[in-house]
Amino acid sequence: MNIVAVLLVLLAGVVLTFVSGNKLAKKSALFFSVLTLLSSICMLQGYLGGANVGAAIPWVSYPHISLSFKIDGLALAMVLLTTVLTPIIILTTWNKEIKNAKTLYSLILFMSLAMIGTFTSSDGLIYYIFWELSLIPIYFIILVWGNGEFEKRKKAVITFFIYTFAGSLFMLLSLIYLYTQAKSFSIDAWYSLKLPVETQYWVFAGFFLAYAIKIPIIPFHSWQASTYQKAPAYGTMLLSGIMLKMGLYSIIRWQLPVAPAAAECFKYILIGVSVAGVIYGSIITLKQRNIKRFLAYSSLAHVGLIAAGAYTLTVDGLRGAVLQMLAHGLVIVGLFYAADIIYKRLGTANIDEMGGIKAHAGKFSTAFIVLVLASVALPLTFNFIGEFTVLYSLLQVNLWFAVVGGLTIILGAFYMTRMFQHVMLGEASAKPFFDLTAGEILVFSLIIGLVILFGIYPQPLIELIDPAIKEIVKQIV
Amino acid sequence: METSLALILILSPFIGFLYNLFAGKKTREISGIVATLAVTVSFVISVYFFQQVYVSKTPIVVHLFNWISLEGFTIGLDFLLDQLSLLWLLFVTGIGALIHLYSIGYMHDDENKDRFFAYLNLFVGFMLMLVMGGNLLVTFIGWEGVGLCSYLLIGFWYKNQSYNDAAKKAFIMNRIGDLGFLIGMFTLAHIFGTLDYAHMKAGFSLASLTSPTVFAGLTLAGVCLFIGATGKSAQLPLYTWLPDAMAGPTPVSALIHAATMVTGGIFLVTRMGFLYNVIPDVQLLIAIVGAATALFAATIGLMQTDIKKVLAYSTVSQLGLMFLALGVGAYSAAVFHVVTHAFFKACLFLGAGSVIHGLGGQQDIRKMGGVKSAMFVTYVTFFIATLAISGIFPFAGFFSKDEILLSTFEHNKLLLVIGSLASIMTAFYMFRALFLTFFGKFRGTEEEKHHIHESPKTMTIPLIVLAILSTLGGLLGIPGYSWISEYLAPVLPAVSEEAHHLGAMEYTLMGVALVGAIVGIAIAYFLYLSKKNVPSADEEKEGFGKVVYNKFYVDELYQAVVVKPVYALSSLFTNVFEKAIAYVVDGIGSLTGYISTQARLIQDGSIGTYLVAFVVGLCAILTYLFIL
Repeated sequence: MNIVAVLLVLLAGVVLTFVSGNKLAKKSALFFSVLTLLSSICMLQGYLGGANVGAAIPWVSYPHISLSFKIDGLALAMVLLTTVLTPIIILTTWNKEIKNAKTLYSLILFMSLAMIGTFTSSDGLIYYIFWELSLIPIYFIILVWGNGEFEKRKKAVITFFIYTFAGSLFMLLSLIYLYTQAKSFSIDAWYSLKLPVETQYWVFAGFFLAYAIKIPIIPFHSWQASTYQKAPAYGTMLLSGIMLKMGLYSIIRWQLPVAPAAAECFKYILIGVSVAGVIYGSIITLKQRNIKRFLAYSSLAHVGLIAAGAYTLTVDGLRGAVLQMLAHGLVIVGLFYAADIIYKRLGTANIDEMGGIKAHAGKFSTAFIVLVLASVALPLTFNFIGEFTVLYSLLQVNLWFAVVGGLTIILGAFYMTRMFQHVMLGEASAKPFFDLTAGEILVFSLIIGLVILFGIYPQPLIELIDPAIKEIVKQIV
Repeated sequence: METSLALILILSPFIGFLYNLFAGKKTREISGIVATLAVTVSFVISVYFFQQVYVSKTPIVVHLFNWISLEGFTIGLDFLLDQLSLLWLLFVTGIGALIHLYSIGYMHDDENKDRFFAYLNLFVGFMLMLVMGGNLLVTFIGWEGVGLCSYLLIGFWYKNQSYNDAAKKAFIMNRIGDLGFLIGMFTLAHIFGTLDYAHMKAGFSLASLTSPTVFAGLTLAGVCLFIGATGKSAQLPLYTWLPDAMAGPTPVSALIHAATMVTGGIFLVTRMGFLYNVIPDVQLLIAIVGAATALFAATIGLMQTDIKKVLAYSTVSQLGLMFLALGVGAYSAAVFHVVTHAFFKACLFLGAGSVIHGLGGQQDIRKMGGVKSAMFVTYVTFFIATLAISGIFPFAGFFSKDEILLSTFEHNKLLLVIGSLASIMTAFYMFRALFLTFFGKFRGTEEEKHHIHESPKTMTIPLIVLAILSTLGGLLGIPGYSWISEYLAPVLPAVSEEAHHLGAMEYTLMGVALVGAIVGIAIAYFLYLSKKNVPSADEEKEGFGKVVYNKFYVDELYQAVVVKPVYALSSLFTNVFEKAIAYVVDGIGSLTGYISTQARLIQDGSIGTYLVAFVVGLCAILTYLFIL
């Protein structure tokens, strides 16, 4: 089973789900997403067995572009994140009435396809195509199935689209320039390019704009909160759980190794900005009253720390960043799901109008608190592994980066326990709140199970990603 | 064999937790028994290991698997059973089991008691992990885990938002300390390339200390770990969560906020004694913070009227004394006091709980009085524990407190005075609480008076056991022949002054301390028994008394200096920065739009405009080519 097969399974899913009609769409999408998950696990087995699961198919001879996918442990980890989260996200929509379901579900699968393509392609232009392709489904998902008034939603989603698209164009400039230098779009050719330092600055900056907007890193985050708020829950999950990792992953895969001298030069500034984002995001989160905006800003704080880890250019920093990407993906999807459940039951997203839920719904409360604790990186949750490693890598660069970045464990505890108190605790609310259904329990169990499993025993993942990370760090230093 | 036994030891409470979490609702009536059994299993295995290590004198090391990898080294999920951890294990599981038993009675009517016992088991599990950790990181798992359980149990009655506030406060304050712990841990990892206690100790060659950067790093690590300890063990300036933590059910206060979790900081500093011994400046800092906390908290304790608050401040104060001991290098004295304090403070809290239970929830000592005849067992055990904490011969507290004061005497006379003063105050306010609660006339309502009853056996048996331990606990460390310091010697840094020669000076000191305590008791007797004073109502307080009664307004200070500014910053970021950023981004978007609109106007389709443009352009090119 190689990567092309995985992509083809998804492609078949996209088409068949659309053809299957509105009634069957949900089941078809779930079936194909699980099939993709299984095939990606087969691919993992093949990879661990030493088989070549990548592919290179010549496409255009001049300019030389080939459909090439190189699979290493890092790419595999990201593929698995996508293939694990996609069925989970589809499951979260199970009890929803969705109009034009066949289009929505094929868009979700299509987005999953584009993101996997982004994580695995090793040809600059193909990478760019997948990168931009992933923007189209999410644009329609928010525009058509989103929340709130259509006009406001349209404004938010257009801002999001244009902003991220504009950022990507700068990346395209970098990609084209690299092609002119290497006479090839192949990532390996780019890795062995030894560009002069001054040129590296420009290449690096082009990549940076695209990634900084996508992730987002402050001050390029202004699209995020409104987009998350307007998007339907599953759209927010796709965005925050997987899509923003495209930016973080690309820093590690493309930006740093292609322009290492520039990375070394801007290291302190970039870590500084990222760490500042941790504090900035955390402090803003404190006062958010809309639970989706709350989660959006808390996510801003968390990804700031991940970016800081990546920009340390050390094995620890990169490893921590990757682990944290995976952990954050799982937990943020769970948290947005919890927010969605509350919204469905109470009809409000305003934290001030909540409270007293725990007295009605013990199971939901337990699931929610575990996710809250994972989000504040309590030991034995997956998030601790990544956060610990990243903070340690920051200390090796500079003590103060670790101290300021480490404030996240205090501020995170502050805003998270405060939110939990306002939403869940207190006298039983007047409005009844029925506890989790079997389907909801399944979703939370999957997420929490993975978060605890890898919190206790992360070694398999560490062993999977380590060779790739060491390879990249060798390239950088 | 040893690995699997150690696994059972640590997993047993976790299994109890999982059982009560998932199956507790259906089997609510036996939830307490399951939880108590789970901890008892751990206690029995701890006794076995204790006996093993006591005989063989070799620590048992258990490596489960590799956990986190950092560049150059991997941190395993390792456990270390040596003299220090086993001592802690014995009293954590022993007292833990007693308090579980007590809770069966205390929480009998609570509708969520299955959840209560689940959390209590979870706590014991994490506490074992803290103590058994073979490296700093495993200790840190337990460290954060007990903080979580403390949060869950303080806010156990989650319908009351002020309890939830207290829980949240405890969690956040602890996390401030935890950041210190993390940074300290990182620094040590950076220096030693390991977090393993044994390896760090072995890598501690004196040669490395000559390097100023290494020395600075060690100092930093020492200070940071101590910050962690001040959070967990409620020392200045991070102590304010502990009195609020009394919102939790009383068995929780006894187990977590008196006997076990709050001694985590002392455990940590003792464990890292090899580090602190080479950084005397930090040791002095610890001693000063400890002494200051002891006095400060004792002062506040003088005026408290809530029986649990009195005990809470006395805990803060006693923990201060332990840090004072650590600061002067008297590790075994500190550990000794940890153990005796666990006995008598658990006994006091459980006794207070018994009274509160008997009075249907009343916690104000001004509204108690004269309950000794109705609650005889509670009264006698509480009395014994009060004698013990006041340092009256021959009860447990006398010996351990004396050991601390003696060691301080050899180091720093000023700190000795502060420590002694705190001890005298302790004797005073503890007897004040005792007299107001059990003696005199009952001052509550008629309804409460009818309600008064002795607690059931599940509650009185633990009281009796703990009272016996509070009486005999001193035998562990008789001056001149101290079993405990001999037992701990292999795991503590070598300190020459450990063994006290009992001279005239020492006897004098003991006498003075004893007389001081008696004076404190006498004042309490005079004020509250012969003159039958009752502390005045809150609004009648004035002057310094009011300041003390209001706990020196420290909470208000923190609120004004830390919390409010953070909120203000949050408003500033949300209302100004966010808007400004959005404005700039939108501005760039609109500007592009505007330029394109203007540019579009030029292409209006009229030949005239194009001709003008053509001519102007041609002129410009010609000018450029020929003139410039």
